[in-house]
Amino acid sequence: MQPAASIAGAPSVALIPRASLRWRSRLEAAAMPIMAVLVAMVLFGSFCASQGRNPLAVFGAINKAAFGSWYSFQNTLIRAAPLMLTALCTALPARLGLVVIGNEGALVIGGLTATAAGLAVQSAPVLVVLTAMALAGMVGGGLWITFVGILYYKRGVNETISSLLLNYVAIAFLNHLVNGPMRDPSSLNKPSSYPIPDDKMLPAIGESNIHYGLVFGMVVCLIAWVLMEHTSFGFKVRMIGGNIRAARMAGLPVAAIGLIICFLAGAAAGLAGMIEVAAVHGRANESLAAGYGYAGILVAFVARHRGLAIMLVSVMLGGILASGGILQRQFQLPDATILVFQGLVFITILFSDSLYGKLKFFKEEAA
Amino acid sequence: MKHWKKTILTAFGVIFSAASLTAADKVSMGFIYVGPKDDYGYNQAHSEGCAGVQKLSWVKAVEEASVPETTAVQETMRNMINLDGVQVLFPTSFGYFDPHILKIAKQYPKVQFLHCGGLYTEGKNPKNVGSYFGYIDEAVFVSGIVAGHATKSGKLGFIAAKPIPQVLRNINAFALGARSANPSATVQVIFTGDWSVPVKEAESATSLINQGVDVLTCHVDSPKVILETAERRGIYVCGYHANGSKLAPKGYLTGAEWNWSKVYTDYAEMVKAGKSLSAGTIPHLVRGGLKEGFVKCSDYGPTVDSAAKKDAEAAKAMFMDGTMVIFKGPLKDNSGKEILPAGKELKQQDISLESMSWLVEGVIGSTKS
Repeated sequence: MQPAASIAGAPSVALIPRASLRWRSRLEAAAMPIMAVLVAMVLFGSFCASQGRNPLAVFGAINKAAFGSWYSFQNTLIRAAPLMLTALCTALPARLGLVVIGNEGALVIGGLTATAAGLAVQSAPVLVVLTAMALAGMVGGGLWITFVGILYYKRGVNETISSLLLNYVAIAFLNHLVNGPMRDPSSLNKPSSYPIPDDKMLPAIGESNIHYGLVFGMVVCLIAWVLMEHTSFGFKVRMIGGNIRAARMAGLPVAAIGLIICFLAGAAAGLAGMIEVAAVHGRANESLAAGYGYAGILVAFVARHRGLAIMLVSVMLGGILASGGILQRQFQLPDATILVFQGLVFITILFSDSLYGKLKFFKEEAA
Repeated sequence: MKHWKKTILTAFGVIFSAASLTAADKVSMGFIYVGPKDDYGYNQAHSEGCAGVQKLSWVKAVEEASVPETTAVQETMRNMINLDGVQVLFPTSFGYFDPHILKIAKQYPKVQFLHCGGLYTEGKNPKNVGSYFGYIDEAVFVSGIVAGHATKSGKLGFIAAKPIPQVLRNINAFALGARSANPSATVQVIFTGDWSVPVKEAESATSLINQGVDVLTCHVDSPKVILETAERRGIYVCGYHANGSKLAPKGYLTGAEWNWSKVYTDYAEMVKAGKSLSAGTIPHLVRGGLKEGFVKCSDYGPTVDSAAKKDAEAAKAMFMDGTMVIFKGPLKDNSGKEILPAGKELKQQDISLESMSWLVEGVIGSTKS
């Protein structure tokens, strides 16, 4: 259990009461990721230079394409929305000391159950349809990851392996359903379910290109943050993550809490699947498995599994991804270039984790 | 307030038309691919088409690769229109059409959206949307003839993504071509379930070769690993999408290739002449095969003998003069059921071919997933 807990961020820090955090350690928490991003930018800049492109021009273009105007910031936010929800699927169990990476599977199952529910009540008013889809998506995704929890608590099956493998099962299940029982016979060359009626879809916010999925993501991240940091339930979860034996000694129902967290985690990813169906695709098909689940794992680890940080990191990753196009169109760099940048950012941030508490400047003087 | 807004809009209008004046003498085209440009497959074929129009001095073309079938492609289309001033968009992946192209096309009625795959429905889809596709089964049929001549074991292998009409049509054309040269030949099919799963494709190739298959071909997004596996195991292979002879210099027989640069040049010329989809001067559905130059066959590999070449060239000549029909009776499916009685034939334009759900006699495999 212990190795998992140490991978999942630094639970010991979370247990320290807030008042004892001094400015130096607060500064450390902010400065480390910023320095890591700077290091990544230097590395990526030299990569661009090696390809014969001016690094400053490249960064200018990335900034312009990701954050430079309301038009481009919308693109960033659209990309960030699903990541906020899928990241929680890893982040919540991580606080317990579980490394769950079944985000993609939970998203797919949530999308499927949401589609089924939406089609079942498609003639009802739009709010009823969307509520039914959201509930079905959350229950579907939730039960999917609860299954991972049951395997772990009842049978001792490693949760990382089982959740990873269940992703493939979920995608195969999706393909089976849209090729068979759920198939709309008119979807010849791209097998899909029947469509949700257009007027029952989740709309865009006002005049923008952003759909309401972004609001869902932010609200759920806030709820997760309150739940984990400011409730006794969250404290219990962190206690289990900090020391599972001590938690058992204290009489905490470890397995029950674990299963609840697994359900919530899967529900968040399932909701992401529902939004993909209700706001973007309008039907279930292979496009549901677009990698948002896997990107969510990255977001969760970089955000150190904290609800508020997940929002910020999702926006950062959304911005990086949204600027991928301009590097191809303006600089004729290959399509994988943006992945190089993304990889460098994440590696340096994760590496910076190992430096916490090791730099003298950030050491609090002994009280 | 109203008047205020109007002034701003006019100002924007002036700026925009000033900006477009400089670009007006060039036809501006945008190409979007779902995978990398160098996949020796579907995306490379389109990228080669883009490179073809880029050679024209009056065309400006931008391209973006590895764009997933999510909101990401909507963003790319909007960016190409707003930032690069693109007038004609070619989002090439099949899954881009519904809902992504349909949604953006409604928002930008002046931009032309041309989609590869052929889904346009008159009356239902926006007027500025059109689709194009090629009868690549003609080139696959020719590959089949060459494969039928090359095989010694009489066992051919076909690695396919999904049992959907477009794919089944190619499998059947390959089998019919092969059996026209070697009536006892069989085609063993493996469906991998997805468009790009290189590990499964390599496993399927290995497994087919171990069963005695000595000519492979495929219909997946990137034939790369299949070509490489075949070459390493010393068997023959027919390419698909793009010319793969570089990856299998010894075993490459021939292959079915797209010739998108011809199609894209045609479109560019129509746009240059002021034609548009909405006005009805560019047709909404464009189709063509070997005769129209939409598809072509790779040059023969070093091992293709003169008998094979003679039969293949004869078939090509019949396609060129329009007398060749691939699907004609008597035709049975692989469970013995009659598909077409003697004397009946399905010409390329026949709409029932686009909902094909059967495998012809001689194909070993099932469309059930």
